[in-house]
Formats: sequence, structure tokens, C-alpha cells
Amino acid sequence: MKVKVISRSTDEFTRERSQDLQRVFRNFDPNLRPQEKAIEYVRALNAAKLEKIFARPFIGAMDGHIDAVSCMAKNPNYLKGIFSGSMDGDIRLWDMASRRTVCQFPGHQGAVRGLAASTDGRTLVSCGTDCTVRLWNVPVATIVESDDSSNCTAEPLAVYSGNNAFWDVDHQWDGELFATAGAQVDIWNHNRSQPINSFEWGTDTVISVRFNPGEPNLLATSASDRSITLYDLRVSSPARKLIMRTKTNSIAWNPMEPMNFTAANEDCNCYSYDARKLDEAKCVHKDHVSAVMDIDFSPTGREFVTGSYDRTVRIFQYNGGHSREIYHTKRMQRVFCVKFSCDASYIISGSDDTNLRLWKAKASEQLGVLLPRERKRHEYHEAVKNRYKHLPEVKRIVRHRHLPKPIYKAASLRRTMTEAERRKEERRKAHSAPGSVATEPLRKRRIIQEVE
Amino acid sequence: MGVKQDNADPGQILPPIEQELSNELDPKLKKYLRGEGTNLEVLKDKKLKSQLSVREELYGISAKAAAKAEEWLMPSEGGYLEVEGIEKPWRINQHSISSEINISSLKNQHDIIIPDLGPYTLDFNSSGRYMAVAGRKGHLAVLDMKNMSLIKEMQVRETVRDIVFLHNELFFAAAQKKYPYIYNRDGIELHCLKEHGSVLRLQFLKSHFLLASINKFGQLHYQDVTMGEMIGNIRTGLGRSDVMQVNPFNGVVALGHSGGTVSMWKPTSAAPLVKMLCHPGPVSAMAFHPNGHLMATSGKERKIKIWDVRKFEVLQTIPGHARALDFSQKGLLAAGNGSFVQIFGDLSESQHYSRYMGHSMVKGYQIGKVLFRPYEDVLVLGHSMGWSSILIPGSGEPNFDTWVANPYETSKQRREKEVRSLLDKLPSETIMLNPSKIGTMRPVNKKEKQTKQEIAAEMEAAVEAVKDTAFKNKTKGRNKASKRAKKRKELIERVKRPLLERQLKEDEKLAKKPKISEKENALPTALQRFASKKATA
Repeated sequence: MKVKVISRSTDEFTRERSQDLQRVFRNFDPNLRPQEKAIEYVRALNAAKLEKIFARPFIGAMDGHIDAVSCMAKNPNYLKGIFSGSMDGDIRLWDMASRRTVCQFPGHQGAVRGLAASTDGRTLVSCGTDCTVRLWNVPVATIVESDDSSNCTAEPLAVYSGNNAFWDVDHQWDGELFATAGAQVDIWNHNRSQPINSFEWGTDTVISVRFNPGEPNLLATSASDRSITLYDLRVSSPARKLIMRTKTNSIAWNPMEPMNFTAANEDCNCYSYDARKLDEAKCVHKDHVSAVMDIDFSPTGREFVTGSYDRTVRIFQYNGGHSREIYHTKRMQRVFCVKFSCDASYIISGSDDTNLRLWKAKASEQLGVLLPRERKRHEYHEAVKNRYKHLPEVKRIVRHRHLPKPIYKAASLRRTMTEAERRKEERRKAHSAPGSVATEPLRKRRIIQEVE
Repeated sequence: MGVKQDNADPGQILPPIEQELSNELDPKLKKYLRGEGTNLEVLKDKKLKSQLSVREELYGISAKAAAKAEEWLMPSEGGYLEVEGIEKPWRINQHSISSEINISSLKNQHDIIIPDLGPYTLDFNSSGRYMAVAGRKGHLAVLDMKNMSLIKEMQVRETVRDIVFLHNELFFAAAQKKYPYIYNRDGIELHCLKEHGSVLRLQFLKSHFLLASINKFGQLHYQDVTMGEMIGNIRTGLGRSDVMQVNPFNGVVALGHSGGTVSMWKPTSAAPLVKMLCHPGPVSAMAFHPNGHLMATSGKERKIKIWDVRKFEVLQTIPGHARALDFSQKGLLAAGNGSFVQIFGDLSESQHYSRYMGHSMVKGYQIGKVLFRPYEDVLVLGHSMGWSSILIPGSGEPNFDTWVANPYETSKQRREKEVRSLLDKLPSETIMLNPSKIGTMRPVNKKEKQTKQEIAAEMEAAVEAVKDTAFKNKTKGRNKASKRAKKRKELIERVKRPLLERQLKEDEKLAKKPKISEKENALPTALQRFASKKATA
């Protein structure tokens, strides 16, 4: 007869000295864990509530401008810095960590309409309504941080004049060229005082221009004749044009999928397109109640941030129809420009009330260096919340956002209007011969035509 | 002459060791997969389909990792008893075992004889380290079984019918003559629970922090011990019963009655979830398997029945009396009767219980309670002269999980665990017969939609059939066009009318939304007569 009984020796299961860690033994058998789904559900509920408790997205405001902030630019080499230009011609370089102005670039006589930093971060290009394009040398951040009293001002490297006011500027990725938008699209070199190339299609002003991150010779522009045009520098002629029903205020290319771009439109929606197939939008992002003024993608390519005339900043998923987050403050008025920081953790918004505001991209994120235990716990909370987020109690907590009353009312008004339209369309369909009334999807409806 | 390959595809030829390993891992994998994967073929939404298939893959990976961890990382091995030749396992007694095992396990074989203080009942805490003991004549004691030391004992000078640990070894509740009391580990009386009345049996639901009690008048009380709130106060209406067990799988309290019925209750409803007729005579004892699928009941007619609780059917009937029943963590069933205890086990893993071991004590000692000790191969019997602890190899789970129950817990770990379990405290609404339904979506009732469509299609077909009937041409000026049109219209209305009525009825039904009680859906047809019929609208 062979017998064995469970016998455990205490020293194998307890620690030897009080300086050691306690020993942990795991047995993943589901039989030891009754009611695990109910426990997970309770944890999901608690995680959703905790997320709301810790949701404090606003970090701080950077004030210093004396007129509305009209444009911003990121410095690709220096995470902490951001350039901003205002409507009275003042350009400043800010240090986001201390929220102070590091350097000022005075010179423009009118509103600064566009800012762009070169890829190596040494040159800043600005353009404005005073028909000039100015190049500036960006001071390198010194190791010993200067204190707030010494505020350096820089002299422009070069001033190039044109015939008409300029509306936007963008610098080529990995190249020496930059493009300005105004009466036509001009391509400039740093060293030449005249544009080396000029594109024109139609007679209306071009209001924004963006170079493609993946293909340095491709650029997209939007004009006030409600069109979006793609240009190729190598062919030196415009490639395609897409005419929509309303004007596009800004375009942003997806840095991770460079064939897709998203356009921020006057009709409160953002439209994502595939540049190869412009006859249908890939996705329509609806949630704003007033014109969308600016849009910027996160470096991960998974989210983008939009700033709108309705005083809110919204964050969307790249393929989602509705926003996942909305930021608003009583003091923030019309948002004219937004930028996603290069580490995908912060959002900077520049608005009509002369302030730049710094927000967290994930409202309840714990900033700073996390212990591995903390990080695991945050990941667990995210995962368990995502597993149960379709259940009513959890969904109610996760989805809840406080909206300012005018926006809430405007949103319900829009909803009733679109519902009414849809119902009328359905009735028209039901009362006519089948197939005679074809409904176009919203992705196609807003496009008038595509032109070669 | 080529080499013959038997049914292995070229892409799947593994080296022999790995293949053996993967064969061994497959049955273990099933345990960790927790059920079948979802059928993704029926989904039409491509985005959802891709997201779900990624999730399913992750489940597979985690199940494989857990199976591997089980294979290689477990510190202890289970106990076993192997007999040779013509030896029968149930003839082996404790004495012959004690000569074969190591000395450190011998301390778990002992008898404590306290002759004057009445039949003893006992309870373990969740890790099996601490034991609370209560003698009928008022003797309460808490012992540390690892060190075999007495922590606290006291005499309350009243009849004590039952004792149960709360979430910790720091608190225990004793069902005394008039009311149950809650005591501290130091013997300080913390609460006197007057609402419960004279309680016969107590049970504690660990994940819900609910103390359930059944009293002399057949009233079931559920009290939340964190805030002291009385969650449920149910008059069972089935008389006095002193058989009460909690199903650890779903938190349902089961009572055994003198009519042979077993009823299952949850705190939020006044009617039982299930009432099943188990025995022709009174139910004398009941026990639940830890996985929640098996229930053993014994009746006074000398039968022990093993039920499948999900389907409510008998799996096996074992002849014999049992005044006390208990399942161990590994599925062994102990049945105590008079002065001897029988242990049954499903040795071939076929869910057929056969005799495994037995132990008889001094004649005259009446066994009142049998309890397996968690995470040890020990069975403790509470009898009329004290309690005895015997060794049953193969009954306990050898590997504990520190985050679930830790026999080597320090006080700091105990405090952390208390806080975490309070954060994870389940609301009392999660007690249901099938707890895996939490988190699932109610399926869309396709039947109604189909009938509506069917009705519409039928209507169209009927109208088509009738549309072109030729009417007789009437003479003498009675053949006016308007009259003909009217007749045709009336004919179509007549054909449509029954179908319209049917449609109206369906709409009415949907509008009323009758409540289908859960248990009626859960019971098979044979037991429908025991379901209450008056609930539906």
C-alpha cells in the first residue's frame, strides 16, 4: 500500500528574513474562484467610478498673448516647446513644463496666419496677413534654464514679401521646401526669396496646406471654394480635386497611415478620406455643434483632436463616428487651433481668449513615472472596464460627460433635425416604387464631385 | 518507396517531446478555457468580428499559459492512496495509514474528547488554518490548527446550535438559545442579532458578506455584516428545517425540509428559486460540490442521492444513512452516520461515486458534523463526545493561491485581503442560479419579428390571390362600375381582416410585456408542476 498525504513545510512557504519579500504562490484553477464574473463586474463598476473621480484633464493655461491665438506649431525635436502666433503679430515659443514664454519673435505687422517648424527644429517659418513670410532661428534650449526675467527676442533670419496675404504655411517632412497658401499655393526654398514653384486651380484663396508625412512630395490643400486639392510636387501640377458642400477649415494627415487624411469642415463634421479614393469618405466624425476650426492627429495615428467654434475641444478615434472625450471650460472661448503633443499625452488648444491651454489626452491618466504595480493596476482597470462597458450601469458611468447648456441644447436640436430628415426620407421611400428613391450614405452625400 | 505519413500534415509535425506535451496540455486547457468559444461565423459586422476574433485568440494564449504554469510551477503534490493486490481501499484504517506517512502529518490524526459539553459542531475559515468549535452546552473555542494551539475558548452558559466564521478568523457567529451572537477572536461579544430569532443553522456567503440563518419558525434571514443591514427576511412557509447549505458556486442557500423537498433561495425574492422533491421522507443532510454542479442529499429512508444541480436529475443513488454530508475540494464525499463515516470518491473521473475509505469510532459516539479541511487531506468529525480529525489522502487541494486563501497569512496580508474583499463585495442581486449569465446580453427575440414579417407576407399573398377574381356581370342596370369597385374592395378587406387581427394581437402582446419568471424557464418539463403558475400577467 502506498500512501501520501499533503504535507507542507513551513519554511518553504514563508520568508526567511524580514527583509525578504513575502512569497506568493498562484493556482489559476477556475474552481478556486467561484463567481468570478460577478466579481469582475463589480470591479468594472468600481473602475469606471474611479476613472471619473480622477478625471482632471486641465493642467494649466499659458497666458501672455494680448490677442487671439491664431496658429500653433510643434517642434519635432524638442518635446517641451510649442510655438504660437496671435492675431496681432506676436509669435512666442513656450516651455510647456513651466508654462512660460521662452522666446518672442516680434516682427509681423498683422495677424500671423501660419507657423511651421522645419524637421530639424532649427528654423521656424511664419506667414501672415501682412503679405510676408519670415524665417527665424530657433534658440537651442540651454542646459541651464534661464529664469523668467530674461526673455530673449530673436531677429528674423529672412523676410520674404509676396503680393497677397498668406493664409497658411507648412514645412516639408525631411526636406528643405515649405509651402504657403494664399491666392495660390507657392513652394519656397529656405534660401530663395521668391517661390520656386506655384500651383493654381481655380480662382479662390487657398486657406490651408499640409504636407504628407509619408510621401514628402505630396501635399493637400483646402480652398474657400469648398474644395480639397491634392498636389504632387514631382509632377508640378495639381493631381485631384474634391468639391464638398461646405468649406474645409483644416486638414491633417494620419502619421501612421499616410494615405488617409481627415478634413475639418464648416458643417460641424470631420471627414476622413483615403487619398487614393476620394469619391467616398472613409468615415464621418460627427459630434461638434459648430464649425470645426482645426484638427491634429496623435503620433500614434489612433486618435485625433479637433477644436471647434463652439468652444470645445473633442478627441475622436481615428475610425470612430463619435468623440470619446470632450473638454470645455467657461473661460475658453472659440478654439482656433489645437495640437497633439509629440508624446501623445497632451493636447494644446489655442483660443480666442488669448490663452493656450494644456490638457491631458487621457483625462484620468496618472502622469509621471509609474511603479510597475501601478501600471499593472491601471491596465487591469482599463481591461475590465472594456470587458463590461456594454452593460447599462457601467455604460452610464463611462459615457457620462457634462456638457455646457448651449452645447447640449444645440446638440439635441441637431439631433431632432437629422431625425426628422431621416424619417421624411424613409416615408418618401416607403411611398414610392421600390428602388426609385436611392439613399446615399452620409459619406457620399456631402461630396459634390471629384475632379481630375 | 516513399515514407508513409499518417494523418499529420506537413505543417504540423512537432518533435516528439513537444507533441507529448501538447497532448497532455489539451485536457488541462479545457479547464482554463471556461467553456466553448463563441461562434463568430454568424456575425455580419466585420469590425466586431475582427475585434472578437482577436479576443478569442488572447483567451487561447492565456489558457495555454495557465496550463503550462499548472504543469511546471506548482509547489506541492496531491495526496493519494494506492492499494496493491487484493487489498481494498475501504478496509484500510487510520492506524495502518499512520505507520506509512511522515511524522509532521501525524499531528492531524487526533481525537479530542470532551464528554460533558454536548455534541460538537465546527467550522473552518477559508484557508483551513483556523477552526471554530461549539459544543451544545455552551462551549465555544477557536483553534489554530497549524500550531495546534487554542486561541480562545469561552463558556456562554446557553445552548449553542451552530457556529460559523465570518470573512476572517477574527469574527465568528454563534447561534445561541434565543439569538445569534457575533464574537471577536478575543471572545468579546460584538453584536446580538435579535432580528434573527432562535436560529437553528447559520451560513456565511463569503463574496457577498451575507450571514444567512434559518430559525425555529422556518424564517430565513440574510444580514449584511459590513453595514449591519438586513437584506432579506423571508418566511419560507415550509416549516422548521435544520438542514441548510450554501452552494459556493452561485451563493444560493438550499434548505432541506421534513417533506423531502429541497428549496433554494436568494435574498431578493420571497419565493424560492427552485423547489425539488428529493426524498420520500425528511431530508437529513445535504452537501454541495465546490464546482456547483453536484449536490448530495440524504433522506431518512436510507438513501443518499447525488444530483446534477443544473439539470435537476439524479445521477446516482447510494444506499445508506447519513446524518452529515460534506464534499471535499477534490470531490470526495464524506457521509457520517452513527459512529462511523464513509468516504466515497469518483475514482475513475466518471462522476460515479464508489466506496473509497471508511472510519469507525467508539460505539456510542454520534457523529453530528463532518467537515473536510480546505487545502489539507484531513477530515474533521464533530461528535457527541468532542471532535476527531482523520487523514483522507487525496481529499484536499494541494496548491493554494495566495490571493484566494493563504494558510500562511500574516496579519498584514490578512488586513490587505479584508480591504480588497470589501472592495470586491458582490451586491446581493448577483445571487442567481447561473452566475455565468452576468455580462451577457439578452438575445433579441427573433420570433416576434419573424411572425410580423410572416403576417405581412401572408397578407400580400392573400391579396394577390383574390385581386383578380372576375365578378359576374349583372344585368338590368345593376352593373355599375362604382359598385363593382366597391365589391372588389370589400373582398380584399375581408381577406385581410383575420391577418390584421393577428397583427393587432402581436402588438398587444409586445406592449404588455409579460414577465416570464426566471425559474420557469430554468426548470425542465418534468418539474414544471412544482413551479408557481400565478406569476405571469
